[in-house]
Amino acid sequence: MNDINKARTAREVAAGASLDAGTLAMPASPATAAAAREKGECLLEVSRLVKRYPSVTAVDGVSFRVAAGSCFGLLGPNGAGKTTTIEIMEGILRPTSGEVLYRGAPLGRRFREEAGILFQKTALQDFLTVRQTVALFRGLYAHGLDTDEVMRLCALEKLAARDNRKLSGGQLQRLLLAVALVNDPSVLFLDEPTTGLDPQARRNFWDLVHSIKAQHKTILLTTHYMDEAELLCDEIAIMDRGVIIAQGAPRTLLRQHFAEVLLELPRQEMPAHAHALPLKMMTAADRVEITTDDLDGTLRMLMDAHVPLRFLRIRPPNLEDLFLMLTGRELRA
Amino acid sequence: MMRRLLSVWHARNLEFLRDRATMMFTLLVPIGVIIGMGVIFGGAPRPLFKVGVLNDPVSPARHPFLQERYFQFVAESAEQAAVRAVARNQLDLLLDLRSTVPRYWVNPDSPKGYIAEKLLLQSDPRAQRAAVSGRPVRYVDWLFPGILGMNMMFSCLFGVGYVVLRYRKSGFLKRLHATPLSAFEFLSAQVLSRLGLILLVTFALYLAVGAIIHFESVGSVALLALVALLGALSMIAFGLIIAARFSSEELVGGLLNLLTWPMMLLSGIWFSLEGSPRWVQFAAGLFPLTHVLDAARAVSLDGAGMAGIAPDLAYLTVTTLLFLALGAWSFRWRIE
Repeated sequence: MNDINKARTAREVAAGASLDAGTLAMPASPATAAAAREKGECLLEVSRLVKRYPSVTAVDGVSFRVAAGSCFGLLGPNGAGKTTTIEIMEGILRPTSGEVLYRGAPLGRRFREEAGILFQKTALQDFLTVRQTVALFRGLYAHGLDTDEVMRLCALEKLAARDNRKLSGGQLQRLLLAVALVNDPSVLFLDEPTTGLDPQARRNFWDLVHSIKAQHKTILLTTHYMDEAELLCDEIAIMDRGVIIAQGAPRTLLRQHFAEVLLELPRQEMPAHAHALPLKMMTAADRVEITTDDLDGTLRMLMDAHVPLRFLRIRPPNLEDLFLMLTGRELRA
Repeated sequence: MMRRLLSVWHARNLEFLRDRATMMFTLLVPIGVIIGMGVIFGGAPRPLFKVGVLNDPVSPARHPFLQERYFQFVAESAEQAAVRAVARNQLDLLLDLRSTVPRYWVNPDSPKGYIAEKLLLQSDPRAQRAAVSGRPVRYVDWLFPGILGMNMMFSCLFGVGYVVLRYRKSGFLKRLHATPLSAFEFLSAQVLSRLGLILLVTFALYLAVGAIIHFESVGSVALLALVALLGALSMIAFGLIIAARFSSEELVGGLLNLLTWPMMLLSGIWFSLEGSPRWVQFAAGLFPLTHVLDAARAVSLDGAGMAGIAPDLAYLTVTTLLFLALGAWSFRWRIE
């Protein structure tokens, strides 16, 4: 463990960090060192992935590459095909066609030994304590971290003897992350890891993911929270109805699709005639968004049209706006 | 591989031991049944008597005793086997009508045999009693292996079937599938965990209830343990076939009941199948429990050795392998 992390863990223990607060300090194991060396190389490659069910095509020709040491995000609304894609990549689902390569080879025993997985929903074995649960999964891998070490990394020491059915949402998610980390994985799959968590638990979980990222582990994350993706991901692919509709680094994507600023007005504040103004407008359920690189000129035009500006908000565009622009629908509609 | 297997085995044992309700159920049901059966069968004799007749065909015109009501008359061809059936309470009385003066055999310890004898002598005072060779057996001695076998059957089929189903439904199997654990390792851990617990419970019941009812095995107890081991393996593997791929509790419950009830009725837990139709005996011969009980009774009541029960042991071994192979082949980690 590096000194900074050691000091941080010690400080939080001394401060009596709340049970929901987690801090992770991954040791610089040979696997992570190797991962760091490999940074930039392609670790996972998805080619022309298709998954059809009798009534729906969940994934329809998805291709992308995940660089070693990066955090890759699959974004999209519920039902976009994110979980199906990630479960095919995890080797849990069989694709109808297409393939997934790990280190240039089809998924096999090596992948299972080196992958850490946090499913969207996971049940654990009943009647086991937190420590016994971690030990159970540690026993399934040939190599990995010591059980106590994983417990410490995910701030689970104080919960070691607790029945795993009696954990809060944030605590359970930390236990599931510990289970995903027992084999000191080269690649970590996180499928909607903060869905259902309260804001505080979400922030704590993000801290854990940041710590894992700092160890140059490759992370594949699905989420429908755009702020989560912007905060954690080096590269994202936005999915909708089984296909990727945009891909790239979050900032690059925003620069490509948006001018510098975004003006937001409540929908009911916009008079009907104002919709005819020569502005780049997007209408959402409760608001109208205007993007522009000429803020002064746009404000003047709105004032001339007698649009009330009491509730005007000016902010930089985010991935939420990008999804609205690309699909005409809101992400969580 | 051993390490992974041991991890799952250990966790599964902890889960079972901490599930108090199931534990109590497993222990209390057989004791309750033994006490209940003791009251029912140890008290007044049932109106139905089963009498073997050494003379084929069995026709009421042949002898006035054959016209008695509430009697079941069964044609017997082999005298020695039929006499042994009397000693083991499988027949209440055996009547030989091949000579002019009828002979009969009756178990002196059997209340039903006593009454059947009185009725026979009333209808034909000439009938002569012949000595039953071998040790006469009480009904409870005959019943005891049946109760232990029944408890084993329920524990094997429901214990494994529902546990794996619950794992699949909850998504725990899916989580295990994401690790290097193979289906064979997982299933083996389940089999071994359940096997160890069943053998421990069965052995404890054998000692405790055996002491209460003064049961003593004529044959080797080690051989009885082998029968229990192979029987439990075969029935756990049987349960795994059901648990292998289904995800509906109703379906699995129905299938398990479909398997257990015929075994309850036809494997000879409660009564002997002596004299029942040939198809019933054939169907009974397919069930692993029938072979467990036949072998256990042969050892404990007749003192049979390894050679005597070899066909039953072979059947249990073959079915174990067959059921395990079928279970592993059809196993599904997740709900399709």
